[in-house]
Amino acid sequence: MKNMTVSFAPHIYDRTTTSRIMRDVVIALLPAFVASVVIFGPRAALVTAVCVGSCVLFEWVFQKLMKKPVTVQDFSACITGLLLAFNLPVEIPLWQAVFGCFVAIIFVKQLFGGLGKNFANPAITARVVMFLAFSTTMTTWVQIPDAVSSATPLALMKRGEYGDLPELWNMIIGTRGGSLGETSALFILIGGVYLLIRRVITWHAPVAFIGTVFILAAIFGGEPMHHLFAGGLFLGAFFMATDYPTTPQTNLGRFIFGAGCGVLTVVIRLYGNYPEGVAFSILLMNMVVPFINKLTLRKALGGAKG
Amino acid sequence: MKKIRGLPVPHSKNTAGCAPVEIPPPLEVTLPMKMHSGSPAKPVVAAGDHVKVGQLIGEADGRVSSPVHASVSGKVKSINDTDSVTGQKAISVTIASDGEQSVYEGAAPPPVTSLAQFLEAVHNSGVVGLGGAGYPTAPKLTLKESVELDYILINGAECEPYITSDTRAMIDEAEYVAEGARLMKEYLKPKTIRICIESNKPEAIQKMRGLIENDAGIEVHVLPSLYPQGERKVLVYNVTGRIVPEGGRLTDVGCIVINCTTAAVFAKYIKTGMPLVSRIVTVDGSAVKSPRNVIAPIGTPIRELFDFCGGLKDDVRKILLGGPMMGAAVPGLDVPVVKVTNAVLAFSEKDAAPPVPSACIKCGRCIAKCPMRLMPSSIENAFELKNLESLKKHKVNMCAECGCCAYLCPSKRPLAQVMTLSKNMLWEARQK
Repeated sequence: MKNMTVSFAPHIYDRTTTSRIMRDVVIALLPAFVASVVIFGPRAALVTAVCVGSCVLFEWVFQKLMKKPVTVQDFSACITGLLLAFNLPVEIPLWQAVFGCFVAIIFVKQLFGGLGKNFANPAITARVVMFLAFSTTMTTWVQIPDAVSSATPLALMKRGEYGDLPELWNMIIGTRGGSLGETSALFILIGGVYLLIRRVITWHAPVAFIGTVFILAAIFGGEPMHHLFAGGLFLGAFFMATDYPTTPQTNLGRFIFGAGCGVLTVVIRLYGNYPEGVAFSILLMNMVVPFINKLTLRKALGGAKG
Repeated sequence: MKKIRGLPVPHSKNTAGCAPVEIPPPLEVTLPMKMHSGSPAKPVVAAGDHVKVGQLIGEADGRVSSPVHASVSGKVKSINDTDSVTGQKAISVTIASDGEQSVYEGAAPPPVTSLAQFLEAVHNSGVVGLGGAGYPTAPKLTLKESVELDYILINGAECEPYITSDTRAMIDEAEYVAEGARLMKEYLKPKTIRICIESNKPEAIQKMRGLIENDAGIEVHVLPSLYPQGERKVLVYNVTGRIVPEGGRLTDVGCIVINCTTAAVFAKYIKTGMPLVSRIVTVDGSAVKSPRNVIAPIGTPIRELFDFCGGLKDDVRKILLGGPMMGAAVPGLDVPVVKVTNAVLAFSEKDAAPPVPSACIKCGRCIAKCPMRLMPSSIENAFELKNLESLKKHKVNMCAECGCCAYLCPSKRPLAQVMTLSKNMLWEARQK
């Protein structure tokens, strides 16, 4: 008889693995991807392919150069690429997109230790960096055939041009100006529901985020429905405010995180200089995650104080 | 009150329908003097002595200890002071069987008419916590004056995958389980006794319900079939709503949890005079040719159990004592069945290798599902940093070692192991 394996209990494991979770996120992003190609044309697919390809490539090259185990097969770089692409205008120069991927993968993710160690969402951070670095191309939107204006609905609202706003239904299905993956709230919601069903994410952050925006917009700004569907709220709430490493680990913490994102988003949208605040709010809330985690330590069952 | 749920681990109760079969007496049994927590028993026989089934061979030493009885008739071959498998110092008695299984003449039902006699009988039966903990039952049932006992929970949850020995005890020895409940009702006088069984054991539930129908104050409580419903603090919380305080005992909240087979063993002793000399063991796993339940003398090498079940497949690569969630992997087949051995499992190569861990993605699954509401991922951080203060703050000492965190972890991090190592780290720091 050969030697027996002696290992610590447990000896059976749940089927869920990191790459299975990541694959589910990729699947959940596919409806919005298809919608983006239909709405914005084949260049949406090109931008997405470039982003996914360069994110995976940067991760591979970095890990090779650093002589670390290569982990590109876990799909996480692929998700970063998809999310960053979804945050870009369809006409973005490709070299700028590649630059964004470099920021996301190298600066935000790998230099902080790779998967699970980054404190800020790579795609969001890259979007903010690009927004500041390439403010013209990052806010140049194409005219959608059905839309009155190429500007994003939030920009129109900011300028008070309510007459040019697209119909609510167009905002829900995504035929309006905006980043290529964020416009179709409906298709993002389908992906979000898939993630909820697969138990990849919990409802706490998205519901708190969207709910807070709705309530605050209704109280202070009017047009709460427009605030829900006009910007990147759904993409942010379902896919970026639920990113594991950069959001709290407990459900209560996730709720607080989502609500905080909602407050910041509305404040920026209504009182800031920028029409949209989803990316800024998520990035800012990423910073306070350690504190939220501290505040929301779970109390052990029967645990004494101290 | 939100009940603690648990994980829908695969039940794999393949042997639930297999009534246990007695295996032929082994040629030799090895009876460790420490098959329980507390101090080891002291051998009262010498090499060359003839012993019979049920005869005392090791007497309890101290308050928390338990006597050991011969499980076969035959000649004491040796008194060993080293464990042949671990190499550690441990006294055991090896008996060469004469194949007769003749019963010790002194084995007679003890007189039980008072609490003191009941506790003495429980002690003399040699029974310990057979759910796995191995805490001697007599001291557990010896209550301080101040304890107001509201509940005795008879634990028939058997939430570990594969194991069906408790299930079979509640079917094939159901009368003894019920009798054990009645004895405790009479002498310990709890307000209520609940026999707690998971919903995936309908036959046991039906059988126990039928037997305690006319007993006031004894009920069957059906639990959801989720792991770890049978963990004692989880059981107390879910059935009574009471929370056992950190560092406290179950009796602090008026509860006792006792395994169903444990209750059956002392009831059988009080009825027949036969102490704990054999037990039901589930023999299962992907490398066992014909899985079934067996009744094996304590001390039987587990090799003989597998041989009785058709032998092991060639690709066997892991042997477990106990279930796959909390059981211990052993290096070989020479280890004996002890009092707490409820299952021996053998797994093929594909089920044996522990998975390769990857980076923690901070998904929070281990936190969401910890039945003790701990934060395993934070504890792992603290462990890696050797941060004792943080380990204390995160209450790693309260970990029940159920293994849910490691089972769930998508990155397959060895969290359960880290919990145990963290406890040791704190313990070592206290010793200094």
